[in-house]
Amino acid sequence: MTAKEILEIIKEKFPEEQFELKENIGGEILIVPAKILRDLCLFLRDDERLAFDVLMNLSGLDLADGEKKKLEDGTIEIVGGHLATVYHLHSMKFNHKLTLKVLLPRENPVVPSVERVWRAADWHEREAYDLLGIIFEGHHNLKRILLPEDWEGYPLRKDYKVQEFYQGMKVPY
Amino acid sequence: MAELKTDQIVLNMGPQHPSTHGVLRLEVVLDGEVVVDVKPHIGYLHRCFEKHAEAMTYPQVIPYTDRMDYLASMYMNFGYVEAVERLMNIEVPERVKYIRVIMGELQRIASHLVAVGTFGIDIGAFTPFLYCFRDRERILDLFEMTCGARLLYNYMWIGGLSHDLPPQFIPKLKSFLKDFRKSLKELNDLLSYNKIFIDRTANIGVLPADTAINYGCTGPVLRGSGVNWDLRKNDPYSIYDRFDFEVCVGKGEMGTVGDCWDRYMVRVREMEQSCRIIEQAIEQIPDGDVTSAIPKRVKPPVGEIYFRVESPKGELGYHIVSDGSLNPFRVKVRAPSFVNLQILPIISRGHLVADIIANLGSLDIVLGEIDR
Amino acid sequence: MGILDKEFTESNIVITKIDDLMNWARLSSLWQMTFGLACCAIEMMATSASHYDFDRFGVIPRPSPRQADIIIISGTVTLKMALRIKRLYEQMPEPKYIISMGSCANCGGPYWNHGYHVLKGVDRIIPVDVYVPGCPPRPEALLEGLLKLQEKIRNQSLVKKTG
Repeated sequence: MTAKEILEIIKEKFPEEQFELKENIGGEILIVPAKILRDLCLFLRDDERLAFDVLMNLSGLDLADGEKKKLEDGTIEIVGGHLATVYHLHSMKFNHKLTLKVLLPRENPVVPSVERVWRAADWHEREAYDLLGIIFEGHHNLKRILLPEDWEGYPLRKDYKVQEFYQGMKVPY
Repeated sequence: MAELKTDQIVLNMGPQHPSTHGVLRLEVVLDGEVVVDVKPHIGYLHRCFEKHAEAMTYPQVIPYTDRMDYLASMYMNFGYVEAVERLMNIEVPERVKYIRVIMGELQRIASHLVAVGTFGIDIGAFTPFLYCFRDRERILDLFEMTCGARLLYNYMWIGGLSHDLPPQFIPKLKSFLKDFRKSLKELNDLLSYNKIFIDRTANIGVLPADTAINYGCTGPVLRGSGVNWDLRKNDPYSIYDRFDFEVCVGKGEMGTVGDCWDRYMVRVREMEQSCRIIEQAIEQIPDGDVTSAIPKRVKPPVGEIYFRVESPKGELGYHIVSDGSLNPFRVKVRAPSFVNLQILPIISRGHLVADIIANLGSLDIVLGEIDR
Repeated sequence: MGILDKEFTESNIVITKIDDLMNWARLSSLWQMTFGLACCAIEMMATSASHYDFDRFGVIPRPSPRQADIIIISGTVTLKMALRIKRLYEQMPEPKYIISMGSCANCGGPYWNHGYHVLKGVDRIIPVDVYVPGCPPRPEALLEGLLKLQEKIRNQSLVKKTG
């Protein structure tokens, strides 16, 4: 099934929501609003015509499209703009793929968790929280996974500044 | 006699442990000797690969991809390079495609030899470890003859390869394949059908097929549970559709379908199938120039791509976002061991402490790619 | 060997300095603690396997730090792991030696520039005796590092010079 056919089926189920299908080299991307994400994913997994039973990948992304302010010490800080989460879905039965993207405001990046839909999302969401600061609502254990518990900051954001010392050890070279 | 009041104990299998295959910390909650829960803690090898990828140019990222799964570095290169080539729409020469498949399958054999050897040591058998490493040294000799490195190669470049095969590579490879089949038979006699090994691994860590699919497991972990899914056949990339080979699936010969013995046996049989692929590739390989399609500057158009390959540990995916400049905007690696490790608490509940070690060995994880 | 070849020509008496005897005993049986972190650990395992064989130098892997003389830091040291390495180092009994294997343990390696979670060299937390460069170093390079450590032990003295 192509992405346009899948979009028709989704629009039948969620007629009032706004979807956008973006063209892209690696396959079309469907941009969905954040609030219906969990219901949409349950529908995508359980409907017999779609049967997306595998979540291949869940990435967090810092779009860095806000306003870049220069601070006194020469570094930049980004205000406004968006973070995003990207979901790559796949169906083993029909062998078709779909890419979903959710745009989140930088000051309050909250998105519903899809952990109960595909259990594979558990650690991927913890990693996106750890490295980018995206909050997944409804996750049973949203703690840092790769960095230590007392780390400050979210390293993969484009305006992250490396800290000078961590527990007495000098961090930069 | 009155019943003793018992309590649960929390045992720490710390980051330094001979059997945890790297720096993994397991917090085990025990009721006597029976496991109630296992909580893995990772991040002791987090080397900031994704931040480096944003600061380097596209070709400069390739040595960093080597160091993630250091036991299968050729395949890490393969996945990244194919993803960027699809983003830029580059067509590589035929000779390059055949050499990439040969190197990839040799790397699969080397990675499975380490998996099988260390699994044996975890169970308590020391000799198969030495035999497997002896065979692996011959493969590393072949790699060293071609590109000069034993472990981290930086061999596959965007648009081609760094070196062509030297003239004595193919004869040495043919003699290795002939001797390797005898080594596989020796390994089966020594370890696979050994009564103690079967007692330690059959009916332990049973993973049902639908749980495996929902948790996102791939590779030998998924195939050991009876699901016939291999990306080389179901979603072919490169030239894998020209070769004839079987997909090895666990059938529950020694116990239940999806136990540790099944996952182990899938790896042993995959080594045999890789030998078949290499033999077919050697016969069909054409001549050509391996560096002719390498672009001077790698500057992909704006867009993003998710591309996946079947690495020895499972499905390896690269999500690359490009903003039209010389550096990638974001590279996210979907590491197979990261997703496979989530299944460890599910398959260990109700078993004994020694079975956690057997389960961990059968999942075949590499901490370099879990922590990236 | 210098000490033993007098034994059979003269009347079964070997005369040597205590320093030499102790050093010879220490360098011939360095028991290493199994401590592999990353890619260099695979080369360390290959050195212990039969092709390059660590055992002929007397080096046996021991899992516990209390029973080990030497620790080979092989692989990248991250900040999360550094605190544990310090504790393991303090648990080893004297005399103890450290070999820093690989570029990451020497100075941070390929991750020196943008690695926010990488400790740039293990000598920021523990004192190192021998550095083995390479990424990863060949097994022969690790064996040479071990020989250099043996040379260093051979020149040690039980008496501390004062003044």
